[in-house]
Amino acid sequence: MITWQMPAALAIALFLMGLLGLLARRSLVFVLMSIEIMLNAAGLLFIAAGMRWGTADGQIMFIFVLNLAGAELALGLIFLLRLRNRLTTLDGDAANTLRDA
Amino acid sequence: MTVVFFIAAAITLVTTALAITRANPVHGLLNFVISLLSMAVIFFTLGAPFAAALEVMVYAGAVVVLFLFVVMMLSLDTRATRREREWMAKPIWVLPIIFVAVLGGLLARVMFFSPGDDIAPSIITPQQVGARLFTTGIGAVELASMLLLAGLIGAFHLGRK
Repeated sequence: MITWQMPAALAIALFLMGLLGLLARRSLVFVLMSIEIMLNAAGLLFIAAGMRWGTADGQIMFIFVLNLAGAELALGLIFLLRLRNRLTTLDGDAANTLRDA
Repeated sequence: MTVVFFIAAAITLVTTALAITRANPVHGLLNFVISLLSMAVIFFTLGAPFAAALEVMVYAGAVVVLFLFVVMMLSLDTRATRREREWMAKPIWVLPIIFVAVLGGLLARVMFFSPGDDIAPSIITPQQVGARLFTTGIGAVELASMLLLAGLIGAFHLGRK
């Protein structure tokens, strides 16, 4: 018997882990991965809520979260490559000026 | 189903914790793949087979492969891994863990105040999802296509030499 709290608790735990990675890591690869973990946790919560009410809306929202994650990841990885080419580091703290170096 | 759910949830939690604490990006990504696959198992147990298939195809397939290609292009060596390990010194983790623990306590307090209801023991089939998505949700589909187009143009523009 699965109550709706179980997947919700899992989603919260995963979201917090992603947030922890986002706050604590400096490498941009891991920062992007943490964002994906957080989006995935949000998708799990949508699906759990959709199943709680027995409608397809949860899965539809999951598809949109997936869309968002894909679009965000493409841009994030391009930024990562540009940063690596320009500053020769993956440290997010190094990108602290918006002007041309 | 409950046993399967708990096993998959435990695997997801452990592999996600491993994924965000590895110094080598490829090791982190491989742990992330396992966490995504067990997440797909969770979607199955919740009765959402279409979402489970999408999780395997889009997340464990496309997203992680994209990550791996970029990590390959970065050509990281042992020096990078060592520097990565220096960035992960213990004091760095203290403040984020405190913040996250406080936020987690608040979220748990808000979400689990109400009594537990069972999830309806039903399966939402892909037919139902598609019928709903392409009738009442058609506007949102158009918006999602615009979002993907914007992402495509942005990636093309930024990735140009």
